[in-house]
Amino acid sequence: MASTAPTDYPGHDASAALGERLRQAAAERTPLRIVGGDTRHFYGRPVEGETLSTAEHHGITFYDPVELVVSVRAGTPLTELEAALAEHGQMLGFEPPRFGEASTVGGMIATGLSGPRRPWAGAVRDFVLGIRLINHEGIEQRFGGQVMKNVAGYDLSRLMVGAQGSLGVIGEVSLKVIPRPLTTQSLRLELPLADARQRLAEWGREPLPISAAAWLDGALHLRLEGGPSSVAATRERIGGDDLDNAWWDALRDLALPFFSADDARPLWRLSLPHRAPDLGLAEIDDTAMLHDWAGAQRWLRAELDSEALREACREAGGHATCYGPRVAGVEPFTPLSAVLMKYHRNLKAELDPHGIFNPGRLYADL
Amino acid sequence: MNILYDERLDGPLPNRDPAEVQADLARHLPDMTLLHREEDMRPFECDGLSVYRALPMLVALPDTLDQVRTLLARCHALGVPVVTRGAGTGLSAGSLPLEQGVLLVLSRFARILEIDPEARIARVQPGVRNLAISEAAAPYGLYYAPDPSSQIACSIGGNVAENAGGVHCLKYGLTVHNVIQAQVLTIEGETLTLGSDALDAPGFDLMALFTGSEGMLGVVTEITVKLLPKPETAKVLMASFDDVEKAGLAVGDIIEAGIIPGGLEMMDKLAIQAAEDFVKAGYPVGAEAILLCELDGVEADVDDDCARVRRVLEAAGATEVRQARDEAERARFWAGRKNAFPAVGRMSPDYYCMDGTIPRRALPRVLTGIAELSERYGLRVANVFHAGDGNMHPLILFDANREGELDVAEALGGEILELCVAVGGTITGEHGVGREKINQMCAQFRPDELATFRAAKAAFDPAELLNPGKNIPTPARCSEFKTIKQAADAPATSEQG
Ligand SMILES: Cc1cc2nc3c(=O)[nH]c(=O)nc-3n(C[C@H](O)[C@H](O)[C@H](O)COP(=O)(O)OP(=O)(O)OC[C@H]3O[C@@H](n4cnc5c(N)ncnc54)[C@H](O)[C@@H]3O)c2cc1C
Repeated sequence: MASTAPTDYPGHDASAALGERLRQAAAERTPLRIVGGDTRHFYGRPVEGETLSTAEHHGITFYDPVELVVSVRAGTPLTELEAALAEHGQMLGFEPPRFGEASTVGGMIATGLSGPRRPWAGAVRDFVLGIRLINHEGIEQRFGGQVMKNVAGYDLSRLMVGAQGSLGVIGEVSLKVIPRPLTTQSLRLELPLADARQRLAEWGREPLPISAAAWLDGALHLRLEGGPSSVAATRERIGGDDLDNAWWDALRDLALPFFSADDARPLWRLSLPHRAPDLGLAEIDDTAMLHDWAGAQRWLRAELDSEALREACREAGGHATCYGPRVAGVEPFTPLSAVLMKYHRNLKAELDPHGIFNPGRLYADL
Repeated sequence: MNILYDERLDGPLPNRDPAEVQADLARHLPDMTLLHREEDMRPFECDGLSVYRALPMLVALPDTLDQVRTLLARCHALGVPVVTRGAGTGLSAGSLPLEQGVLLVLSRFARILEIDPEARIARVQPGVRNLAISEAAAPYGLYYAPDPSSQIACSIGGNVAENAGGVHCLKYGLTVHNVIQAQVLTIEGETLTLGSDALDAPGFDLMALFTGSEGMLGVVTEITVKLLPKPETAKVLMASFDDVEKAGLAVGDIIEAGIIPGGLEMMDKLAIQAAEDFVKAGYPVGAEAILLCELDGVEADVDDDCARVRRVLEAAGATEVRQARDEAERARFWAGRKNAFPAVGRMSPDYYCMDGTIPRRALPRVLTGIAELSERYGLRVANVFHAGDGNMHPLILFDANREGELDVAEALGGEILELCVAVGGTITGEHGVGREKINQMCAQFRPDELATFRAAKAAFDPAELLNPGKNIPTPARCSEFKTIKQAADAPATSEQG
């Protein structure tokens, strides 16, 4: 069963040119707005700066299905990466959302967004093995690597996930990939929200092959994945109606009618402990939300008092992100405590001393 | 190069008068246990890597968080270094004390604060033993997945500080994948909450940055871990091989077949013999290598997977494949593996455990390389490893009482680690850099990369008072290391001339 690693993927190494641009920007103190496909521009605060695109720096540099490892440059379209993995029956375990063909790997890492499988399989950061970071001196540095376990030095690779490009330019990333499940079966159960929560709490304590669970409009949607025997047995036990597996792709890419751009109200993403009860805010009806991640990620469309919403989420043990469209006077991300902010600023000052990397995208003074 | 802190290479340390520091701490912390007599401090002079020892200036054993906070703030004000210690089972001299520093021991923080079966989390103090969490969660059918072989003794705080792994990490992840929130105290005595009870938190992923940071960025004072439902069933297959290389290749074959086992471990002939003598695990003495492959999950799937793995192993040339007949036999198979270090320890006065991780495909090449190095240095090496994730634990057998043998063991170990780096791997998969591998960091990283690590450290501890001399080498140390290496690698012309 000896295998040969497929390594000949098209690509282009533009790290030297990117490094040169960074040196120039650092010398001139020019802030940069770093983009891949620029499909995630709506996410976070607007950045004032010269656009630096990673699109020219693209291609899979290493993929060995036996090692379950792929290394890929930041400018590579996500669809290209996923197609290469699919050819070998593998996939990204965290199901990142794709915002069109132009979405890149760099944007996926920088925003750190994960899809429906997240509570069971892990988030983007859980699959990151190593990173090549182009630093403020324009030097490409390697942290982590292509092995499954590595504790040499600080974990700067995972630190970059979700940092919104504010600590350096992600040049390349190595990811752990996983085999596609043998069987997938989706189903839909008509259930009031409270009952759905109760069922999910019970099932969560059993080793059932659930890989996605979302409640919307009076129905619980479930995805079962694993060996054919266990999937069939669980399907039998839970009941409900068959659901097209494609429903999860639509949820993953925020393409369900719930997310329609025709709705002008802002979209809020609430990240809460999965068993958190209703928020109890008079302005919102919990049953009007989309409860993904078995209740740990709730989507809400509403014009409301952001302070009150954030306070309710904080009390429930989570936080709220204003996902877009941007609302004047509302921070996209939940503000940090003063002491946490101090260490965020320290870290930013150490890794980006000239303030050139996406300044202000995450928070005004980062 | 001497392993103990060397101010010439590791940077100057503040040199405070011990009596003054003791008086200051006693004044601010009258109720805290503070040891200063040599005989009281002896038990704390080393961690699990006991060939390296140093007595600290003082040992602090606080009982309350307020005491820890005050202690840190005082040490910060006085400019006294602080080394944090959990259970002291570390294998890289990470909690090796400093003569000019205070050793902060967290063993008294051993309470499980909360098990929430609905939320499937446990909130614990840092001194809680790893296994104690799973024991407390067991009545709810839940457990904490990362299971280092030291789990009866090591603390969860130490696990976070090292990003500890275990035999079940291939499928269930390392500490970093299973800890959701932590409270930490900075050297200035400020409290930070990292991570969240939810699945993510706003801002930078500091939970990830602190995991594996070896007590260099802050002191972890409370940890919330994820609990998993116990799998319905777990079955283990043991495959014997007459050739180590074939066993190494079989590992890749299993993964390539799309199966992620709960655990996939390999032992070589010397390790098999040692484990068999020690725990009577029922291992095939005489085999060149064995693979232990555990499959867990829902009964029906596990049975299918066992059949598939058996076919793969047979095709890969296993001379025998045995499935544990019952729980008792499964436990025995694992007992052999989990006790492999002490078992090997019985064969020799001392052993030195390496922790390199390599891409799996390099396994045959690295095993051959280790055998050659073992021959060249004249010391036996037993191999035990987390084969599924390429994390090797070569155990070098030596006798520290024989003049110069520790130096030989260290030199052999260093070469093994450099071999791991040369095939695209790393010097440490789970035991950490600590003091032990400080020189090899110079082989794995360039000076500018090490400077970036130091920048991250400076964001939290600019005065470098937390665990100085560990984890990240100074430029001075790396240039000395390189000079010595070049001299050793160059042909010894002067001696011949
Ligand atoms: C027989 C044996 C088998 C082992 N098997 C494994 C294994 O399978 N997998 C594995 O990963 N490791 C293994 N180890 C190594 C060791 O048990 C782990 O590294 C463990 O995580 C150390 O925990 P500890 O509480 O003993 O930490 P210590 O040894 O006390 O400290 C380790 C490091 O953590 C820091 N630290 C400790 N507590 C804190 C805290 N609360 N806040 C900040 N920093 C802190 C210390 O400063 C030090 O740098 C083994 C060790 C032995 C002796």
